[in-house]
Amino acid sequence: MLIEWLQSHLLSLMVFLPTAGALFILLLPKNEAASIKATALGFTLFTLLTNIWAWWFFHGLADFELQETLTWIPAFNIYYRLGVDGVSFLLITLTNFLMPLVVLSSWREIRTKLKEYMFLMLILQTGMVGTFAALDLFLFYVFWEVMLIPMYFLIGVWGSGRKIMAAFKFILYTMIGSVLMLVAILYGYFKGGQSFNFVDWLTIPFGLKEQLWLFLAFGLAFAIKVPLFPFHTWLPDAHTEAPTAGSVILAGVLLKMGTYGFYRFAMPFFPEAVRYFSPYILTLAVVGIVYGSLVAMVQKDVKRLVAYSSVAHLGFVILGLFALNQKGVEGAVLQMINHGLSTGALFLLVGMIYERRHTRQISAYGGIAAKVPVYAFFFIFVTLSSIGLPGLNNFVGEFLVLLGAFETKGIFGIVAVLGVVLSAIYMLWMVERVFFGKLEHEENKKLQDLGLREVLILVPLCLAMIGIGVYPKPIMNKMHSSTEAFLKLTMRTDAKASAQLLTPSHQYMKNDARIIKN
Amino acid sequence: MLRTLYQYIAPQTLAWLIVALPLAGATINGFYSLVASRFHKHASHSFTSLIGCGLPVLSFVISLLIFVTLIGFSAGQDPTMITGPLFQWVVTGNLTIDLGLKFDQLSLVMVLIVTGVGSLIHIYSMGYMGHDEGYARYFSYLNLFLFFMLLLVLGDSLVLLFVGWEGVGLCSYLLIGFWFEDPTKAAAGKKAFIVNRIGDAGFLLGMFFIYATLSSHNLPPTEHQYNFFNFEVIKHHSAYLMPVATPICLLLFLGACGKSAQIPLYVWLPDAMAGPTPVSALIHAATMVTAGIYMIARLNFLYVLSPTAMQVVAWIGAITAIFAATIGLTQTDIKKVLAYSTISQLGYMFLALGVGAFSAAIFHLMTHAFFKALLFLGAGSVIHAMGGEQDIRNFGGLKEKMPITAWTFVIGAAAISGIFPFAGFFSKDAILWHTFHGGHISLWLIGFVGAGLTAFYMFRLVGMTFFGQPQMGRGEWQKVHESPPSMGFVLLFLGVLSVIGGWVGIPEAFGGGDHFHHWLSGVFGKMVVHEGMEEGHAAEIILTVVSLLWSLHFAILASVIYAQRREWPTKMAEKFQFLYKLIFNKYWIDELYDFIIVRPLVTLSEKVFWGVIDAKVIDQYGVHGAGRLMIFWNRCVTAVQTGVVQQYLLFFVIGVVLILWGFVF
Repeated sequence: MLIEWLQSHLLSLMVFLPTAGALFILLLPKNEAASIKATALGFTLFTLLTNIWAWWFFHGLADFELQETLTWIPAFNIYYRLGVDGVSFLLITLTNFLMPLVVLSSWREIRTKLKEYMFLMLILQTGMVGTFAALDLFLFYVFWEVMLIPMYFLIGVWGSGRKIMAAFKFILYTMIGSVLMLVAILYGYFKGGQSFNFVDWLTIPFGLKEQLWLFLAFGLAFAIKVPLFPFHTWLPDAHTEAPTAGSVILAGVLLKMGTYGFYRFAMPFFPEAVRYFSPYILTLAVVGIVYGSLVAMVQKDVKRLVAYSSVAHLGFVILGLFALNQKGVEGAVLQMINHGLSTGALFLLVGMIYERRHTRQISAYGGIAAKVPVYAFFFIFVTLSSIGLPGLNNFVGEFLVLLGAFETKGIFGIVAVLGVVLSAIYMLWMVERVFFGKLEHEENKKLQDLGLREVLILVPLCLAMIGIGVYPKPIMNKMHSSTEAFLKLTMRTDAKASAQLLTPSHQYMKNDARIIKN
Repeated sequence: MLRTLYQYIAPQTLAWLIVALPLAGATINGFYSLVASRFHKHASHSFTSLIGCGLPVLSFVISLLIFVTLIGFSAGQDPTMITGPLFQWVVTGNLTIDLGLKFDQLSLVMVLIVTGVGSLIHIYSMGYMGHDEGYARYFSYLNLFLFFMLLLVLGDSLVLLFVGWEGVGLCSYLLIGFWFEDPTKAAAGKKAFIVNRIGDAGFLLGMFFIYATLSSHNLPPTEHQYNFFNFEVIKHHSAYLMPVATPICLLLFLGACGKSAQIPLYVWLPDAMAGPTPVSALIHAATMVTAGIYMIARLNFLYVLSPTAMQVVAWIGAITAIFAATIGLTQTDIKKVLAYSTISQLGYMFLALGVGAFSAAIFHLMTHAFFKALLFLGAGSVIHAMGGEQDIRNFGGLKEKMPITAWTFVIGAAAISGIFPFAGFFSKDAILWHTFHGGHISLWLIGFVGAGLTAFYMFRLVGMTFFGQPQMGRGEWQKVHESPPSMGFVLLFLGVLSVIGGWVGIPEAFGGGDHFHHWLSGVFGKMVVHEGMEEGHAAEIILTVVSLLWSLHFAILASVIYAQRREWPTKMAEKFQFLYKLIFNKYWIDELYDFIIVRPLVTLSEKVFWGVIDAKVIDQYGVHGAGRLMIFWNRCVTAVQTGVVQQYLLFFVIGVVLILWGFVF
């Protein structure tokens, strides 16, 4: 009985297990560091196990699976409505995969206010999983905001350097975007029969002008999150000053909120606007790829370099999404996951060396490969993944994105190929200056190589990189029908057509909502 | 015996082992080396060697078995085999990429070269790298290289070829920078990778172009319908590619220019000599750098569709051949001379491809693998004996001390110079003859002059290194010794191959069977080379004799000058100072690239993009500007709230007047 009940509430379980963990941590005494850490790790692992369990029940059909619907605020037609398609399911899996590693990485780094830190981490996880799982726009907005607050504190309290400025810039940027999104959500709510239901929105007959404005409002919120050039300047600051775990989550998951937002809401809701804006957005994406790479190249701080590289990598994701063919979109989704793994791993690695030397300046290193061979191995391995070496994860995604973009958007695909060259330049140049050459700085001669805990953090990530690089099919199989459905919706020419495009489960969700209402 | 073997394991399965064994070796030694270095232990040499050399040798043995099996097919059947797909790599929309291996005449030749020469160089490395700290790491990289190289030549699709292509680039990066504590070596590795990436961008675009063109046609549904990157599929539908063959071929050729070090992307190869010498022999002479030639040969059905692209390939090849040869004349580092000669020889292969003599290109690729590996390993033997010295001005007279190295080196030099009856004679002659016969007289002339230069700089090297008076101190001379037997054995073995390796392709004009060409005709077809060959026999013989005498004359000249009259060239250099400096400094191409590409890009990124656009335009005026606007607005509003009643009254009156104004007018 219990098992069955749990099986039908897998998504809620994944959303609220971390909250339960957070509440549990509140009950623990402040100075019990070991049990606080153990609790946090335990709950994130538990969530991961639930996720693995859900993997067997998720079939990757076109419609939303693992659905749950409850009435929440009936007066305003607000529902607690969860459900995932292939893309959101994979992103949730990425989140839950990264969380235990991130908690492990904070083991020694966080020395002050550990209790509050772990509490916020777990709340953050609830926010992230919830954002991916929500199918009610109001619920989505709630989770979206829930996710921002802990991140603000993570940067502001546990960050380094100009952390207050970074945290403030982060919250300011994102708030501007989300406020506009809220306005757009409310406009649609009143325009389309007072419903926050994702499926209802697909059939709201927006006029062209409305579509353009609403797309801009949604799109700005998401573009800031991605970040799309020129809305990216919060990112280097936030990434650099955040604690390691914060950077990993920011890069690994939070940036995907932007691209996911485009995929889930902005593009299928406003197909006319997509057609209208797509040349501009493609331009910004390609500019981001080239510009981000070039600026990354001249950074003096390793973490800032990785941060700028994110601008380039996310440019590929947007390029793939707006290529509007299946190769491009699937490549983009794959790149969302790959970027989470590779850039996440890079931030973890930078954090590990920062813990030892308390500096991230490239010039403070040089020749350390001889001193810390295992660390160098992992770093170079992840670097190779990040620059898209065939056989590792990024290659598959980049290849599909570029192929898709070349096929339908010609010139944008051609310029984006430059990114392949540039990524090799900035990454390998950095590796050369940090790891190779003579060991000159006195402090580096005492560097300790990685310990068991750190190796345990990195090995799962590296195995995932090889896994996706060599055999991406199991992951791609989960998303085929979802991306097909996405393309049909985004490329539909009139709102009436969308009624026919809805899959059986979409329909089910609609009816289900009515039943509860009645 | 084979029959019994195949009862237990199908040849298609066995074929995967060729690829898998080196990968296993790389993984085992890599893990071993990593664990050992973490705990500051020394990795056991015997274990490392057993894995690191044993598995490649086994891989070679299996390749031989497959070769024997395939040529054992009944007459009239092509010796080809395709393994079933190991698995589907990517399936999405109208795209399928399967992973399978393809054995045909071309890939069989390549596999035997790669595993054969590769195994020999692994064995040689046991002696050469014997004292090195990173012994296990070295073999791990070398095995990984074999794995990717085999994937490159055996892959049945363009994507798999590209996977191997990038993979060998990685190993090249790791091995050039093997002694990474030396910053110039690490920088050389990085340069190699980046320059190759520029070519790879072209390669990728070429692939995309093929895909986009094929997928835009409604091809008849078959089981391979969406396998657009599969060689068979491309070949079968190559007619669709006809209108866009030129851009496709040129883009792919850009990739080949990177990997095979042709103008304008050749600059990484001379620097790549920073790696251990066996690496230079295997990767930067015998195998990896020939990948570009293999790729074009593999796609011959595409290149013949575009005469323009063929012209470009031929001209770039010929110009590179003579350009690099002139630089080779002046270099004083033994490995640099060999590096430029490699670039030059690769140019000859592209020349052959460009004039449609595909089998001659592959023939030269094979003999070049033998004699250039020999030359590099001989150079390695000298460097080993001289304690790391590479400047040929400090050598001289070494034949007394190291006879095996010296005489095998002379064989290699004779082979590359195209002297009868060594291997290079037949292959280079095939290239020049086909160029001439195809009516490309100016290309032939460039190749002909280049052949003379080749003979000259090679025998300059021989003369300065092995003949004449020793140029080093007495103490150093005492220490010079012949290399250990494991290295000597390899030199002898390659020496034999450099002599007889060309005999498989003795042309019909000389009463030979031209077996090599016939063997490859299954892949390249018979049409390109064989028209009117019979009438041309007399001309072919005359031309061959002329070019033989030409090369011989330069070889003798150079060895006499550099062994006995060393002051002559110095005087010449003083006389033509500008020309000498230009060539000695490699035409300042590296400096030029640095000046017009690298530095502007860095300055632009740092000063303009990061310094101005990010910091000023977006942040200061954009983000903070919005903030300041708020503050300004705030100030305006605060300024009005003075608390002075008279002022408020004034505002009130102004307001009323304005409103009335509005009503009245």
